[in-house]
Amino acid sequence: MSAKPKFAMYWAASCGGCEIAVLNIHEKILDVDANFEVVFWPVAMDAKYKDVEQMEDKSILLTLFNGGIRNDENEHIAKLLREKSQILVAFGSCACEGCVPGLANLRDSRQIVQTAFNTVSTDNPKQVYPMTSYDVPEGEIHIPKIYPTLRTLDQVVDVDYYMPGCPPESHQIAAVIDLVIQVLQGKAQLPPKGSFIGVGNSTVCDECERRRNVKAIASFVRIQDRASELDPSLCLLEQGIPCNGPATRSGCRARCPSAGAQCIGCYGPAEGVTDYGARLMSAFASVIDSNSPEEINCILDGLVDPAGQFYRFNLAGSLLRAGRSAWAKEKV
Amino acid sequence: MTQRITIDPITRLEGHGKIEIFLNAEGDVANTYFQIPELRGFESFCVGRPVEELPLLTNRICGVCPEAHHMAGAKAADAVYHVDPPRTAKNLRELLYSAFYVTDHTTHFYALAGPDFVMGPDAPVAERNILGVIHKVGLEIGGKVIQARKYGHAVIEMIGGRKIHPCTSIPGGLTKGITEDQRKEILEMGKWAVEFAQFSLKLFNDIVLGNKTYVDLILGDIYVHHTYYMGMVDENNHVNFYDGKVRVVGPDGREFVKYEPKDYAQHIAEHVEPWTYLKFPYLKGVGWKGFTDGKDSGVYCATPLSRLNAADGLATPLAQAEYERFYSTLGGKPVHQRLATHWARLIEVLYAAERWVELASDPETSGPNFHTAPTEIPTEGVGIVEAPRGTLTHHYHTDERGVVTKVNLIVGTTNNYAPISMSINKAARSLIKKGTVVTEPMLNMVEMAFRSYDPCFGCATHSLPGQMPLEVTIRNADGEIVEMLKRN
Repeated sequence: MSAKPKFAMYWAASCGGCEIAVLNIHEKILDVDANFEVVFWPVAMDAKYKDVEQMEDKSILLTLFNGGIRNDENEHIAKLLREKSQILVAFGSCACEGCVPGLANLRDSRQIVQTAFNTVSTDNPKQVYPMTSYDVPEGEIHIPKIYPTLRTLDQVVDVDYYMPGCPPESHQIAAVIDLVIQVLQGKAQLPPKGSFIGVGNSTVCDECERRRNVKAIASFVRIQDRASELDPSLCLLEQGIPCNGPATRSGCRARCPSAGAQCIGCYGPAEGVTDYGARLMSAFASVIDSNSPEEINCILDGLVDPAGQFYRFNLAGSLLRAGRSAWAKEKV
Repeated sequence: MTQRITIDPITRLEGHGKIEIFLNAEGDVANTYFQIPELRGFESFCVGRPVEELPLLTNRICGVCPEAHHMAGAKAADAVYHVDPPRTAKNLRELLYSAFYVTDHTTHFYALAGPDFVMGPDAPVAERNILGVIHKVGLEIGGKVIQARKYGHAVIEMIGGRKIHPCTSIPGGLTKGITEDQRKEILEMGKWAVEFAQFSLKLFNDIVLGNKTYVDLILGDIYVHHTYYMGMVDENNHVNFYDGKVRVVGPDGREFVKYEPKDYAQHIAEHVEPWTYLKFPYLKGVGWKGFTDGKDSGVYCATPLSRLNAADGLATPLAQAEYERFYSTLGGKPVHQRLATHWARLIEVLYAAERWVELASDPETSGPNFHTAPTEIPTEGVGIVEAPRGTLTHHYHTDERGVVTKVNLIVGTTNNYAPISMSINKAARSLIKKGTVVTEPMLNMVEMAFRSYDPCFGCATHSLPGQMPLEVTIRNADGEIVEMLKRN
């Protein structure tokens, strides 16, 4: 038996991109192998859920948990891995703040199912919907229960560290792995519980190489209306593109703005920001060049989807958590 | 006594894809159910978003094939605005996509499916993985596979801005172009990819086709289904991953229908069952007749094998030669043997690599016109690409501001939900009989039935294509465990 500390990685309601990001650290993965016994990592190895159940509490040193909590199965595994792990990391945007699937919290979960099973190509005259338990002729079979809202990992269990990003950048993952290995060798100390790891301590704007002139805008523009006319050396927001850089935590090397696309906010709220949307609103307000309420309204009309713009990645983790209908259902 | 066998792919932890096998009183298989346990609701919450964001939001359906959703989303958004991107933009999108195909198919063959053939379906579990393959065929192979992944992701990042969840495709083209130097760098990587693809095909030839046991397994009855086949084709009826019309051929290989992306809903419908969160697409022109094959059943298949069956050939010379060898070896078109999908996948790697070189050789690819601004009022649009795991359809409606009002998605693996279910059923019936002791290699043979489809329920739920370790519990009618079998 190996005396190496145990490592686990798990996905709940996620897309698999976090796993691919870990695989993209390439040869660094050998360091993980050299320093850890990988006991549970569905994408990379054979391991059994029951094996995890049989482990002693706190016997896994480090668990990277990605994905949000969408159904009872996700919640069950989150609680199980919390019990078994000394250090539980909310890994990636879904676990940290809900990510894009968290936008489902703007809808009632019943509506989500109804929409999916009544699309233009769905043949469903009898209005059949998935049932958590169903009697087929041979016996009863089960599928998990969808919850009214998607929740973040720390809304379900206690979380030790947060590693945001959709997905976390591979160079950040490699740096965190290095740090943990140094801790194991007694050469470094873990940061305080609750810290964000694998991130910068400022905003995407601070990492962005585009120049800012503190120039105000007279209107917001859509990227498809202006893409080939944009100046690649100037701030996108100051050219009217609603870029989320000012409110978003640094750590990605401003990848999207560097490629001519607006920051969509996947690294979540910057250090010290309580409400992402409120911070972004004030950043947008600061570039609007008008004192006339009518004109300001007109400029703001250029933002066609305020809910998505301000809470695209962190609705589930925000103070709002959900739209009214879903939120009410969750509380009941 | 009625028994139940639950095959729970624990890698998808607790039913991110679960198989229930029911035995009858005699101990033969009575029925099987392949269940998909999750729904995240993209069709619902994408409503209200600006349409230019859908190529970014729908990326998050699947982190394994975000490139496919990004491209289908961008093409649907082009259609919504009735805008035709300039040639440079189309070249760049298809170039990114070709590099992605090489990466994705390579990973599947070497890490996931290859071990069954290189090591053998009944090899010890500990050896039946990528490390076993490397030990058997040589260390340099591992290095080549990593290199293929690195090159693929380098191209994706250069054009798409990021390695995972690319961000540069927008209605009318891209947010940026590439430089002449980047184009040349991409070209060199493409040339390497062509050699790598040829090497992979040679490996398949030597190890699989050179072994009578494997050839018998491929040609044997366990893994055969006579269904319709779907794939996108260009104007010459050659396979195209990025653009064209969708062609469907019947079990006899003759064209059943060829449709424009915008007309998909006239030809495809989705059947609903109450015991799963995923729908079962079928051909409307034939109808849903249940989990059965043949020309009277609307069940169709959309995989690498399907694409070859649905086309008249491949547009690049080396791949075309392999295409011809494929059909002459397997006895003509169409090929119904599902295990031949692995071979078809490698032929697609070669085609994608050759296409990568073609597109990177075109000076227009690094041209300055990477975007055309839309001028028309947005309405409705459909975008279709071939995802590695099947035809991917995105359909958006918007209001006059380009804000989404309705979304429909039929994703790669979903096309194959019924055929996969049928393949599992047939393999289980063939292998698990009254009085047989269920062994691990037997379970792997059931697994091989769906592994050939490279199922990625990330698109429907969130699991990766992969080694699906099985745990089989056999229970009696009272729910008591009479036997438990684990694979590690």
